[in-house]
Amino acid sequence: MKTKQYASHIILVLMSLIFLVPIWVIFASSTHTPETILNGGLQFFLGDNFLDTYRSVLFEKSGYTKHITVLQMIGNSLILALGFAVGKVIISSMAAYAIVYFRFRLASFLFWVIFLTLLLPLEVRIVPSFEVLAKLNLLNSYTGLIVPLIASATGTFFFRQFYKSIPDELLEAAKLDGANSWQFFIDILLPLSKTMMAALFIVMFIVGWNQYLWPIMMTTEPEYSTILLGIKEIYQSNFEGSYLPEFNRAFAMIILALIVPVLVVILFQRWFIKGLVDSEK
Amino acid sequence: MKKVQFNNRFIPYLFILPQISIIAIFFLWPSAMAVYYSFILEDAFGISSEFVWFENYKSVLLDSDYIASLGFTLIFSVLVTFFSLAIGLFLAYKTDKSIKQKGLYRGLFMWPYAIAPAVVGLMASFFFSQSNGDLYNFLNYLGWEFEPKSDPLSAQIMLIFVASWKQISVNFIFFLSGLQAIPKSIIEASLIDCKSSIKRFWTIIFPLLSPTTFFLLITNIVYAFFDTFGLIDTTTRGAPMGETKTLAYKIYQDGFLGADIGGSSAQSVLLMIFILVLTIFQFKYLEKKVHY
Repeated sequence: MKTKQYASHIILVLMSLIFLVPIWVIFASSTHTPETILNGGLQFFLGDNFLDTYRSVLFEKSGYTKHITVLQMIGNSLILALGFAVGKVIISSMAAYAIVYFRFRLASFLFWVIFLTLLLPLEVRIVPSFEVLAKLNLLNSYTGLIVPLIASATGTFFFRQFYKSIPDELLEAAKLDGANSWQFFIDILLPLSKTMMAALFIVMFIVGWNQYLWPIMMTTEPEYSTILLGIKEIYQSNFEGSYLPEFNRAFAMIILALIVPVLVVILFQRWFIKGLVDSEK
Repeated sequence: MKKVQFNNRFIPYLFILPQISIIAIFFLWPSAMAVYYSFILEDAFGISSEFVWFENYKSVLLDSDYIASLGFTLIFSVLVTFFSLAIGLFLAYKTDKSIKQKGLYRGLFMWPYAIAPAVVGLMASFFFSQSNGDLYNFLNYLGWEFEPKSDPLSAQIMLIFVASWKQISVNFIFFLSGLQAIPKSIIEASLIDCKSSIKRFWTIIFPLLSPTTFFLLITNIVYAFFDTFGLIDTTTRGAPMGETKTLAYKIYQDGFLGADIGGSSAQSVLLMIFILVLTIFQFKYLEKKVHY
């Protein structure tokens, strides 16, 4: 029994290394000079170029991104992630409220319209979506970056499921006390949904931060670049470009692109798991 | 729906309006355009266009490039789904059994969820790079002529490996929460009835997890079809000769880079039909589950 337990611990630790080691190697390599990496490949041990690399990547407008510092890119990613998460929580909690708590003529029709959005991910309607944005003059704007992504139904289903689990007596009691539908939503339902909102917010923050294709498509001006766009530029200059790549800066950008969402997941673990598992039911 | 509801003709529309208007503008409109374009043939300069019925669909389905992409997408999604489900379940089961370190292992296997597929892809590009990539060197040292730039099989195996690496954490999280939802009494009863832990797993625990497994099956297929876009865009980009192009990536290449709007729209509609079938299938199953 004891040896069996040790065996499973060894397997679990080894498996976790498969996930940890690549990140570590990229981080360690980012603290070396480009010459070391060019000659010796990826590095396992830390170098002494940490401050230099990260300072120049974060604050200098050079290298991959001539017009914008990586700090500004991180700022754009934050705007996208926060705007997306906040918008999603507000819009879907409202829509779900209408669907669950009201009897109205178009209810089931509109529910199916919302449901439809699950059928066609952005990836497959990318060209017409781009044209719509161009017609509305929303290319290169934060509105165009954030709002179209909010369309999908996942958040609405998440709140619908939660509202349905709230006992009917609550609404009966509120009605007896003379609350109208607006008061019930603001004073009773929203305070009850706090945990659920936080959970959905965390998951959507990560989804927003990691958006790739949409920001690439609809931003042509560098001042709207997100850090994921920087990742695409690194790929192009390292694997398709012809000049000597600055490996350390590339690795530093990988670390900067993943550190924010990874920290969010680790720090808000419970909300994150709740948001992820409950939104998919 | 609720037994007690508000009766108001006007207010519910106010609450649902924000989402519906976003959907109308940014979802229904472009989707309708995609369907319309799929029946249209434009000349190279986009000046004149002609309604051609199913001509675009015919040329897509007869295109050997499309068939190759379809074949790769199917094999890719089956293998990625299988590996990431199996490993995710294995890790979740082992984690659930280790009482003291459960929280630690949960943290260790959960965080890769947060990394964007494009970032994973870029990292993989460095590790598998023919100029001093560690995994490239290692695989060649083992005697396998691993050349993802020129050999399709190498590129495909690399993509399947990387895409599974990224997806294991999601499956792990769902399986772990599924395992924790199994009542203790059932586990204890099974301990008395069945000595072999492997048999116990397959006859008692695995069937109890089947709703989670089924849900994850759909999620993983959708992931392999669509979310791997960023991963492909930062690794092979469909190279060496289009052997690693998923259907979603091909739509992007043909439509956005190749400016073949009609063909790429027809591909979009075909993919939409595929997801529709998958969703109906999912709901049929879920209904069944509710009945017993």
